[in-house]
Amino acid sequence: MTGWASFVAMVAAGLALLFGLPMVFDLFGLLQMTVFVAMAVLALSQGFIWGYGGVMSFGQTAFFGLGGYTYAVAVLNMGDSTVPVLLSVLVPTLFAALLGYFMFYGRISDAYIGVITLTVTVILFNVVNSTAGDFYTIGNAALGGFNGMPSVPPLNVPGDPSSPLDPEQTWYAAMGALILVYVLLRMILASRFGRVVVAIRENETRAQLLGYDTRLYKLVVFAIGGGIAGLGGCLYTNWGSFISPTVFGLAASAQVLIYVLVGGLGTLLGPILGAFGIQYLISLIGTQEAVNANLVLGAILVVFVLLVPQGVVPVVRGLFRRVPNGRRGRVAEAAVVEP
Amino acid sequence: MALTGLILFNVANSIAVLVLLSLGLGVIYGMMKIINLAHGEFLMLGAYTTVVSTNAGLNLWVAMLIAAPVAVGLFGLLVERLFIRFLYGRMIDTMLATWGLSLAVIGLITTIFGNTVRGVAAPFGGFAIGGYQTSLYSLFVIAVAAVMAAGLWLVLRFTRFGLIVRATMQNPNMAAALGAPPPQIYMVTFALGSALAGLAGGVLAPVSGVSPVMGSAFIARAFITVLGGGPAIVTGTGLASTLFGGISEVATFLTTPVFGQVALLLAALIMIRILPQGITGRLLRRSL
Repeated sequence: MTGWASFVAMVAAGLALLFGLPMVFDLFGLLQMTVFVAMAVLALSQGFIWGYGGVMSFGQTAFFGLGGYTYAVAVLNMGDSTVPVLLSVLVPTLFAALLGYFMFYGRISDAYIGVITLTVTVILFNVVNSTAGDFYTIGNAALGGFNGMPSVPPLNVPGDPSSPLDPEQTWYAAMGALILVYVLLRMILASRFGRVVVAIRENETRAQLLGYDTRLYKLVVFAIGGGIAGLGGCLYTNWGSFISPTVFGLAASAQVLIYVLVGGLGTLLGPILGAFGIQYLISLIGTQEAVNANLVLGAILVVFVLLVPQGVVPVVRGLFRRVPNGRRGRVAEAAVVEP
Repeated sequence: MALTGLILFNVANSIAVLVLLSLGLGVIYGMMKIINLAHGEFLMLGAYTTVVSTNAGLNLWVAMLIAAPVAVGLFGLLVERLFIRFLYGRMIDTMLATWGLSLAVIGLITTIFGNTVRGVAAPFGGFAIGGYQTSLYSLFVIAVAAVMAAGLWLVLRFTRFGLIVRATMQNPNMAAALGAPPPQIYMVTFALGSALAGLAGGVLAPVSGVSPVMGSAFIARAFITVLGGGPAIVTGTGLASTLFGGISEVATFLTTPVFGQVALLLAALIMIRILPQGITGRLLRRSL
């Protein structure tokens, strides 16, 4: 498919799900899909900065959790959810920009970036975990330490705190946000900026020699990724009216990487499908006692890294797209160019 | 005066803990440029080995100083043979694979031992610095860290094995041409790093709660220390431990242990901005 055709097809599929799922699922099913969508937004942020920007963030949940906490604190103080939603994107964006400044302008290697982002997540976890007690309140909002923040007010109709969204409307908001993020990322990738970003991923030195300040491009990509992850965190907090430090946990960070790796690196569809698939798997594992979820997720990660490092979506696309004379290079090339 | 003594003792202890935590990681990273994200779980396995074998009636010292490193070293050997060796040169992939391993090990240990905190009683009693009572075991931890670092340095500096390891580190192809096959060296080094992690886990078991997720409490500090140290394994880890251990202990004394960790992270971020290659990437470049 060409760029436009795949774009239209994806958005149409998204809209079909947006309006179709409420007819197919009961309320419980729809609620479950809503949290899957929040995870898919997080997966998109990881898929964007890793698959296109080549930035190896191991701590995307830092921004996810930060977005969730920002929303919770702000909405408890303000009542109306409009500004808190914006803040839940803005604060992680700024935090990512600050962190990105130290990392990219320090010109540290990819592996170091992985370790630093991972460390930031771990330390955020420890910090938020220790904020139990009355001392740690921001305005009306008690951070609650390891107990998390319960009864966070839900989204409301913008500007009208007295009319909160019911679960079905929350689904529309969440899925709508996912579609918007997808469209935004497609537009970014189709723009001149997006092309430079992909060029940097392909060969950073060459991009520098062509006169692009690769540090700045990576910084902006990282900040955008942080903002999107923050939006995901906001949706997640909304879904359960609850947020706790486990969102910063190592298991959570690993899950995001697994979404992207299983779905397919260098695609936007892959992370979304990966998030839905893995989340579904986790909910299945949760219903039985025999197998531990960490064990399964860890095994999946190891197996995919060793055997299917490019992920499911590119492999499937490759099967459909094999040209008659069997030039295998086309497959990899297609995965690079088309989201 | 006594308070100063106590703080100095705590700083020394904090440095020793950092050395213990990061030396195994440093060996593996310095030699093979592999960042073992399952390092925390290697420590955890060392701690569990100690707890389990002590409960089975083994002498605590034997369990801690012999059983833990041997068991984890063998586990590391197995891991290297099973999948690390397929991933040499693919740094990000090794990080992902070892992260998968870390999750799987956590899951496995949770399945076997349950998600509970165990512990072994710390031996020795306490001793007094002026009016302050402190643990004698901390002194032992400091001693073990010093012996471990010194031992590693002596091995790398003076033995034939150390010579081969350093040669492989500098130029694997040349070492191979001279008859030292890098795959074997890597295998042994990975097992050595794992054994050091196991030893650290064993020694720290009495002073920390032993649970399946205990690794995550350590790894952030271990990674920062190794990256901050730079290419020289012993000197780098030692210097970075001293710097970060000192900073975090002083911050802990002034605020809370959690903000001690935050101070450590901030110090690391600033240092990476100034010295992206780590301390020994710029200074003391010819050290070990």
